Amino acid sequence: MIASLVADGSSGLPRIPIGDWINSIFTWLTDNLSGLFNVISDIVGGLVNGLINVLEAPNPIVLAVIFALIGLAVRGWQFAVGALIGLLLVISMEQWEFAMQTLALVVVATVVAIVIAIPLGILAARSNRASSTLKPLMDLMQTMPAFVWLVPVVTLFGIGVVPGVVATIIFALPPGVRFTELGIRGVDAEIVEASHAFGATPRQTLFGVQLPLAMPTIMAGVNQVIMLALSMAVIAGLVGAEGLGGQVTSAISTLDLGLGFEAGLSVVILAIFLDRVTSSVGQGHSGGLFRLGALRRKGAGAVDEELLDTDEEGAASPPPTDLPTSVRA
Amino acid sequence: MKAIDANGTYKVFGKRPDKAVERLRAGATREELRKEGTTAAVIDASFEVEEGEIFVVMGLSGSGKSTLIRMVNGLWEPTAGELQVYGEDIVKMDQQQLRRTRREKVSMVFQHFALLPHRTVGENAAYGLQIQGIGKDEQQKRAKEALRLVGLKGWEDSLPGQLSGGMRQRVGLARALAAGTNIMLMDEAFSALDPLIKREMQDQLVDLQSKLGKTILFITHDLNEAMRLGDRIAMMRDGRIVQIGTSEDILNNPANDFVAQFVQDVDRSRVLTASSVMAPPVALVGAEQGPLAVHKLMRENQTSRLFVVNRDRTLAGAVDEERVVAAAKEGAKTLEGILDTTVVSVPANARLSDLLWLSANSPKALAVVDDDNTVVGVIARVTLLQALAQVRAEHASALEEVVSA
Ligand SMILES: Nc1ncnc2c1ncn2[C@@H]1O[C@H](COP(=O)(O)OP(=O)(O)O)[C@@H](O)[C@H]1O
Ligand SMILES: [Mg+2]
Repeated sequence: MIASLVADGSSGLPRIPIGDWINSIFTWLTDNLSGLFNVISDIVGGLVNGLINVLEAPNPIVLAVIFALIGLAVRGWQFAVGALIGLLLVISMEQWEFAMQTLALVVVATVVAIVIAIPLGILAARSNRASSTLKPLMDLMQTMPAFVWLVPVVTLFGIGVVPGVVATIIFALPPGVRFTELGIRGVDAEIVEASHAFGATPRQTLFGVQLPLAMPTIMAGVNQVIMLALSMAVIAGLVGAEGLGGQVTSAISTLDLGLGFEAGLSVVILAIFLDRVTSSVGQGHSGGLFRLGALRRKGAGAVDEELLDTDEEGAASPPPTDLPTSVRA
Repeated sequence: MKAIDANGTYKVFGKRPDKAVERLRAGATREELRKEGTTAAVIDASFEVEEGEIFVVMGLSGSGKSTLIRMVNGLWEPTAGELQVYGEDIVKMDQQQLRRTRREKVSMVFQHFALLPHRTVGENAAYGLQIQGIGKDEQQKRAKEALRLVGLKGWEDSLPGQLSGGMRQRVGLARALAAGTNIMLMDEAFSALDPLIKREMQDQLVDLQSKLGKTILFITHDLNEAMRLGDRIAMMRDGRIVQIGTSEDILNNPANDFVAQFVQDVDRSRVLTASSVMAPPVALVGAEQGPLAVHKLMRENQTSRLFVVNRDRTLAGAVDEERVVAAAKEGAKTLEGILDTTVVSVPANARLSDLLWLSANSPKALAVVDDDNTVVGVIARVTLLQALAQVRAEHASALEEVVSA
């Protein structure tokens, strides 16, 4: 028997046919579950195309201004001006239509990825077993070269925007799970304990304490998901997904340097816009309108104090009526 | 019914805890188990906390205090033994019953406050009520009242981050009060505060306790804090409760060298009360007695001064030998005219620190009286000094008999 093993390969190890196994798994999947994949295909395709229609309906300049206003709301006017200039540049390079197709793909893939990732992250935060099961899976999804995901996805979903979205979801999912787990596990243990000590159910603790306190970390994960989704969406041009990725692909196949650069620059502008908007939503800093709105809800006293950055004594709050002075000193 | 009743309670962390308990029962030490990688955090703890009492658990870091207090509300399940809260065994409860107990009976205050930073002071104080599913208006009303009690009226809309440490812990206290439970667990609740603020919080806690009658299980590693707050104190060492008693019990009769060493540095004058150092009055004179009888009593008791009491045993004054002798010579039939009514009397629960000043101003012995002004004891100046100097009880009482009254 040993002799036969040695005879198989020069290394002396038997050939383990992982590739063959994968092939037969996928053959089985396409043979038996094609109905399911068609349904997924229809839903995803419908979502992306619907969103593309929405994004392409208004005049590009009007939409660019709307995006700039969003930037104003979450970050402030400097960013809004920069965003407007960048987006107008995309329009003038005639890449707007493709940018909107890419944006639609990214948005759908991101939403699906987050909808899957956050519950998985919560699960991983609550159970060590789930965490150690998910960890290698996430490693696999993230470190496998992005292109490799395109092959099985095309086998299952054919060519077009749908395999692009699915490959993007797989590739972009892991940071969503990781950051959610990290965020929840990082919440001050004493606060979680306090929640239990007052008789909170696991659900009340999750929604009242863990998720709100983990939110900055989770939003950092969402930001990462979006960035990865954008990079994958460009690669997805290879399997026929429309958009900037398609432009880049055709620039490569025709060696059109100018088109390649214009499409690439549009990706950068889109990336910066999405990154800055989502990261500031997560951290909730800077003086955008969004921030002011959030503060106003806390009552006027809080706004004054936070904006003036006063010390603990808080000039705007009423002084304690019967508090000894040493407490406040 | 006891508020809390622990009976042979164990908590072991690590592998095969049940086995570890058996070994502990058979005499294994904490160190032996530690070598095998299991931690016996609480070993055979038995204690009872009375309704309305401040019961302090005192011990060094790592002695198992936090683990002990967390078993009372079921955050940790005891490995063995019983633990009852108002007669219901925590060990036997399922998660839902535990949650009900936490909502209705036992709330908690934490060392680092554990407030929700994204919620206002008012919302934090109302947290327990929100968990209980109580209506918003009622929540606000009760949170406001609790904040008023702890001296934070008007701070409802601030965020915890805008408050100083002492104020944040007041919010923690208000949150526990607002929850409306009878029992409050406080794990090193004041340990993170500056000394002055700590003192204030301690005073406030005692004040609140006497107003509201809460049952408080208080944990600390600070003996002075334990003595200041505790109606009774449980001394913990290496997972075991080594002594339970009032602060005076622990100061005067330490159960072992560990406790004795621990209490060595305590400011005894702030802990000991008049009743713990007083000597019984050698003899009491009835106000109707004559000088001759009194003089005889003095000679019998080898003393030159005796307290005089009325028929109902309340303090009337004192008489000195010289004047008794003089009155007898003059043939007086009563003590009238020679009664010294300037006797200083002190309540039995007065702290020695308060007696020092009185004693410094009067060379005569102090009378110790109970609530009804009945004489229950006597404290001579030397008694006071001895108590403060930690003279051992036997020696002290021998001396007292010679000197007092
Ligand atoms: N969750 C845990 N797992 C393992 N060991 C623990 C755990 N919690 C506490 N211990 C151990 O139990 C012992 C008692 O800890 P603790 O109750 O926190 O003491 P204290 O509050 O008196 O400082 C310590 O040796 C500690 O390391
Ligand atoms: Mg502790």
